[in-house]
Amino acid sequence: MTEYETHDFDVIIVGAGGAGLRAAIEARARGLRTALVCKSLLGKAHTVMAEGGVAAALGNVYDEDNWKVHFRDTMRGGKMLNNWRMAQLHAQESPDRVRELEDWGALFDRTRDGLILQRDFGGHRFARLAHIGDRTGLELIRTLQQKAVADGIEVFMEVKVLRLLHDADGTVSGLVGYRRPSGEFVVFTARAVVMATGGVGKSWMYTSNSWESTGDGHAMSLWAGADLIDMEAVQFHPTGMVWPLSVRGILVTEGVRGDGGVLRNSDGNRFMFDYIPPMFAAETADSEDEADKWYDDHAAGRRPPELLPRDEVARSINSEVKAGRGSPHGGVFLDIASRRTAEDIRRRLPSMYHQFKELAGVDITAEAMEVGPTCHYIMGGVRVDADSAATTVAGLFAAGEVAGGMHGANRLGGNSLSDLLVFGRRAGIGAAEFAAGRSGAPHVDEGQIADVVGAAVAPFDIDGGENPYDIHHELQATMQSLVGIIRTGSELDEALVKLDQLEERAKKVGVTGGRRYNPGWNLTTDLPAMLTVSRCTALGAINRKESRGGHTRDDFPKPDPEMGRVNFVERIPGDGQGQTGVGGTPSIGCITVTPEPIPVMPDDLKELLEEAH
Amino acid sequence: MAEDQAATSGNGDVTMRLWRGDDTGGEFFDYQMPAQEGEVVLDVIHRVQATQAPDLACRWNCKAGKCGSCSAEINGRPALMCMTRMDTLPPGEPVTVAPMRAFPILRDLVTDVSYNYEVAKRIPPFSPREKTADEVEAGGYRMQQIDVERSQEFRKCIECYLCQDVCHVIRDHEENKTAYAGPRFFARSAELEMHPLDVNDRRELLQVEQGLGKCNITKCCTEVCPEHIKITDNAIIPLKERVVDASYDPVAWLGRKIRNRTKKTPAEASATAPATGPAAVQPGDAVRGIPAPSRNGAAVAEPVSVSAADPVSVSDPVSVSDHGAAQEGPAATPGGDPPAE
Repeated sequence: MTEYETHDFDVIIVGAGGAGLRAAIEARARGLRTALVCKSLLGKAHTVMAEGGVAAALGNVYDEDNWKVHFRDTMRGGKMLNNWRMAQLHAQESPDRVRELEDWGALFDRTRDGLILQRDFGGHRFARLAHIGDRTGLELIRTLQQKAVADGIEVFMEVKVLRLLHDADGTVSGLVGYRRPSGEFVVFTARAVVMATGGVGKSWMYTSNSWESTGDGHAMSLWAGADLIDMEAVQFHPTGMVWPLSVRGILVTEGVRGDGGVLRNSDGNRFMFDYIPPMFAAETADSEDEADKWYDDHAAGRRPPELLPRDEVARSINSEVKAGRGSPHGGVFLDIASRRTAEDIRRRLPSMYHQFKELAGVDITAEAMEVGPTCHYIMGGVRVDADSAATTVAGLFAAGEVAGGMHGANRLGGNSLSDLLVFGRRAGIGAAEFAAGRSGAPHVDEGQIADVVGAAVAPFDIDGGENPYDIHHELQATMQSLVGIIRTGSELDEALVKLDQLEERAKKVGVTGGRRYNPGWNLTTDLPAMLTVSRCTALGAINRKESRGGHTRDDFPKPDPEMGRVNFVERIPGDGQGQTGVGGTPSIGCITVTPEPIPVMPDDLKELLEEAH
Repeated sequence: MAEDQAATSGNGDVTMRLWRGDDTGGEFFDYQMPAQEGEVVLDVIHRVQATQAPDLACRWNCKAGKCGSCSAEINGRPALMCMTRMDTLPPGEPVTVAPMRAFPILRDLVTDVSYNYEVAKRIPPFSPREKTADEVEAGGYRMQQIDVERSQEFRKCIECYLCQDVCHVIRDHEENKTAYAGPRFFARSAELEMHPLDVNDRRELLQVEQGLGKCNITKCCTEVCPEHIKITDNAIIPLKERVVDASYDPVAWLGRKIRNRTKKTPAEASATAPATGPAAVQPGDAVRGIPAPSRNGAAVAEPVSVSAADPVSVSDPVSVSDHGAAQEGPAATPGGDPPAE
């Protein structure tokens, strides 16, 4: 049997993005032995990519803003599929979470009277996003990282976690993984585990996500017996660069549109005026004149349609491209160059400007960008209790993108950074309390560890096996073409067949070289999770026979009120004792999907949604 | 593997000359790849992995110049692989990619950068002043934009450690690492020193433990910074001035006493430094303690057609200080520039 090192902690957090760091800080503050385990170096997590800001009703720019309006915006943006309690806690607590960052050293941009400046963003009624230029995510992760280091939290970097371990009664007791630099295996025992592993985007071809976003936390939680909800709810950011190749998938922040950028088709028309849905007609400008007045004074006109929620904008772009009015490389044009002075653009969007100038030789102060929908974020995820972030498995907690419910069917920009602060903290508290109250030492099963380790190294013994990169590329092509932004029943059925075939092939994957920093091997250990979450998304998409938020069915183009009252819950019944899939994980064929009613909102919150603003 | 492939580059092919090996040594291997329009170096490396060398080690995350993971030395120049466009490199010539030289090799293009994380732990953390009554009422500190901008410049840092890699103090002198923080962490200290709220005083620490005096202002760090942070001019030089003021200037010393500054004494600042955590914290534990391999030495004695006459000397990847001297106003277009205009 392959040897491994062992460590014991009270609370282990998997993932060191914003949610993981915030959870660790909170658990550590409660005196627990806390460790972070992350797949990359500390400070490199996908949180750094967030640009626009963190949404919090501070009311620094508009006095009228408060948590109730933020709650309303979030629920409406999520097409009412949100876990209302999460949306409520999020709106109520995010201002404190943002101010707290400042106590830890973050330096937000300022208002004239010295407070945190807030900017407009799609779907938010008031200027609500606290920001630092367009590098808010970097500021957030650096602040939390430095706080975590100052607090003496242990960090295990470049460790890939393979599987959760559990006691005889199913309570989570630890995890097993390997150190990527050495390839050596490592086992952690823990009284509580927080999943903060982020998203799943690496299963799609055009994605803003980094290589890490392989759905590890979604899959490991599912394998451990947790419920996932609404995995079909995937957000395609409307404005990812489609050209040149070096920047394909890189997002153009919504801030470009908040600051005056407009979308045009190949005829030069500002087409978003043709796509204003009835739900937002009352608050959206219906002429260019009116929209243009709004940027400087929100009382002078209604919001420009370019700032509709992300799903609306993404769908509109898709329609223009399908109608043959797209840009040369299959997107549309995002134009800020003709709308603001070069100096203005460089000042307000500095890293955006530099990024495109350097990576692609594109000068956004002089020319329009070619943009199109890009896989960006999954709203669905591990089902959690809103208050404690507890999953349906004892001892397991989840926060950030890996958790489902907060954003319903569609996430508003800026709400992810506030989500990971609010629920990262709550998961830290939840895990700390569970760990403190747990009796007896957590037990890890040698046999279970041996199985996981054995399955992980098995590909080294396969000569002339399948190339893991080929399987990954085919998975991406499958998800992009069959489970992309616009879906239809027959294609989704086809996707299930293809995923089954890919699973069979992935079982025969072969690896060359040794275990030390071997990306080919690392990829084989990512494949089981990628296949699992892909299957979950496809299954959810087949069952949700309606269009809602990020999930659009060509064959069911309208929302269905009945469907709007249920979550599609995915789980693996029977303790995963069914068929075996890739790397010793349960076969993706074992995943079931069940509609279950969403929690019913109390009347006082319902009233907030009705209020005409 | 691919060592027998000729380093020719015709018919739309590009030759990627990649360093492969580990802490015991290694050499350059050539990989012929079909050229594709609009790619950066990292795109081509990924294609090499997918088609020819699945175990080629390369660290990366965002591929958007935001995370600072894919640092390497491209044609001898420290740069991010995701920020180096293929069309900025000399056409028809091999593209040479080597790991950062200042850090121990883990494997192929990946180095053990744990030194940086150790230095970070020893910097006394942010320590804000109390909120005023007005600020408590307003719900947060009041700071003016102009006052936060100085520190904001340093907070743009993506921790790619290219500045550390290029810094002569540690690049060629492993022994200096125990008493030298490097440009990244001088910028971090400057950020904290200039933070409108911070009350720690790190000046003695900078001089005694972090070796600020060892920096001789060659501006190599500024030159390679992908975020265009003026590390030398805006961080290191002002810090040097502050340290000198603190050590030698009796008038300044007296002035501080009279004004009764709120900054803590160096001793107090040190006391608030975080306890250095146990060894488990760092990546690459397995190779800790192994000295940085010299890529100038025997390991690269027989590189694939990299001769001493090669205009871009791979064994001495950077001579940016000359470059910097020739180019007055170092931050005009630093870092991201291709080696050949």
